[in-house]
Amino acid sequence: MHIFEFIRPADQTAAIATAAQAKTAQQGAEVRFLCGGTTLIDLMKLNVETPARVLDINRLPLDKIETTPDGGLKAGATVRNADLANDDRVQRDYAVLSQAILSGASGQIRNMATTAGNLLQRTRCVYFRDTAMACNKREPGTGCSAITGSNRTLAILGTSDHCIATNPSDMCVAMAALEAVIHVEGPKGTRTIPIGDLHLLPGDTPDRETVLKPGDLITHVTLPPPIAGSKQVYLKLRDRASYEFALASAAVVMTVVGENISYIRIALGGVGSKPWRSHEAEAELTGKAANAANFRQAAEAALRNAKPRSENKFKIELAKRCLVHALQTAANG
Amino acid sequence: MEASIAATPHVTSGQAENFATEAAVPITLRINGKEHSLRIDPRTTLLDCIRESVALTGTKKGCDHGQCGACTVHVNGRRVLSCLSLALIHDGEEITTVEGLGTAQAMHPMQAAFLACDAYQCGYCTSGQIMSAVALLNEPCGPDDAAVKELMSGNICRCGAYANIVEAIQQVRKRV
Repeated sequence: MHIFEFIRPADQTAAIATAAQAKTAQQGAEVRFLCGGTTLIDLMKLNVETPARVLDINRLPLDKIETTPDGGLKAGATVRNADLANDDRVQRDYAVLSQAILSGASGQIRNMATTAGNLLQRTRCVYFRDTAMACNKREPGTGCSAITGSNRTLAILGTSDHCIATNPSDMCVAMAALEAVIHVEGPKGTRTIPIGDLHLLPGDTPDRETVLKPGDLITHVTLPPPIAGSKQVYLKLRDRASYEFALASAAVVMTVVGENISYIRIALGGVGSKPWRSHEAEAELTGKAANAANFRQAAEAALRNAKPRSENKFKIELAKRCLVHALQTAANG
Repeated sequence: MEASIAATPHVTSGQAENFATEAAVPITLRINGKEHSLRIDPRTTLLDCIRESVALTGTKKGCDHGQCGACTVHVNGRRVLSCLSLALIHDGEEITTVEGLGTAQAMHPMQAAFLACDAYQCGYCTSGQIMSAVALLNEPCGPDDAAVKELMSGNICRCGAYANIVEAIQQVRKRV
């Protein structure tokens, strides 16, 4: 691990002012906010992250879960994943979020990892994590070892010829289906970012993963008011039953009135370069009957643009069946 | 920046490398009810601090990357991975290691249950397993073995003592 200066900013303003001095908030950032540390400390040990300054934001007052005036929910940046997943309101009104978080990591890690940290969780691609290997995300211009290498767990949607890294988060997939809004305070004030706009596709700059700029501090996430009568399911498929990243996952928020689907939000995990909201699948189901044929049709639409590599073609069918099963479970629920 | 812990918080230029310092920084850790005032390299993890600086070696280093659970300790009563935690972020917090649970003469009920159920072989993962198991008693967890296995999945045992570990935990849960 490279040496760094450890700073505990007195308040949010000080944290933002210090972080704003970095040249980038993306890969290679000279200043990093530290909270749970479950991603950052791991990557600093691997010398993948080498910040010169680490800002401890654990003690900033961003650790509350509150009901918003419109009946939605506000989750602070430093709320621990375990506390968010086990919150009564989340379990009752945003069950897909609770299920997603509890399907990820371990009890210890969920006690440490935070809302904002999970939003910014980095890929588990082995080449990104190994400084001896070429990786355009870690070191732009060096090439992508994964495209011709070990890519069984990597992405099939939203990739480019420069990077096929998977976004590993479960929480973000549920938040995409819930249409969460990310609240950021930066040097120029506050702004909101729909979760679908937070993460960038890799394109030819995979080192740029989000729209965040130096000094941007995620302060909290808001969830819109609960969808009355909706059934919510997060289904995660993986190589072992627990403590493993998704090969494919699906988050579904669905309301059926009579026989027809009146409201549907779908997001996929484990297959995308970012948390993968599938508007294509939603379009196939809105106003249609909640039956197996339509569910399969939606799954076909969701994976239509999938681009497999040498070892991960199986993910296409796996992701389709995962989505169909999640939809069926929601319909039966 | 007045709350800065580092020695050189004053910002004079945009050159990040100018800010780095090799200087050890002061920290007070409360481990098993006892205060330890130390000076540590800011890179020191809670795990290395507990083992190397405070010389409590019951907490084990397995993978050192948050994948095995051998380093599990409690911070303010909650189980965390000490290998993925900088010691400095825990300044002033209450840390409990396996040495703080009980003694050979007066074991914690979970320690006694691990002994009674033969819930280990080589023992390397055991303190992490026990720290996780004790914390689990205060977490939302269904009554069946499957719920216990799910919440214990962050503690890997290469000897495969899982069945007896679950049995030990269930024995204690039934008594509590």
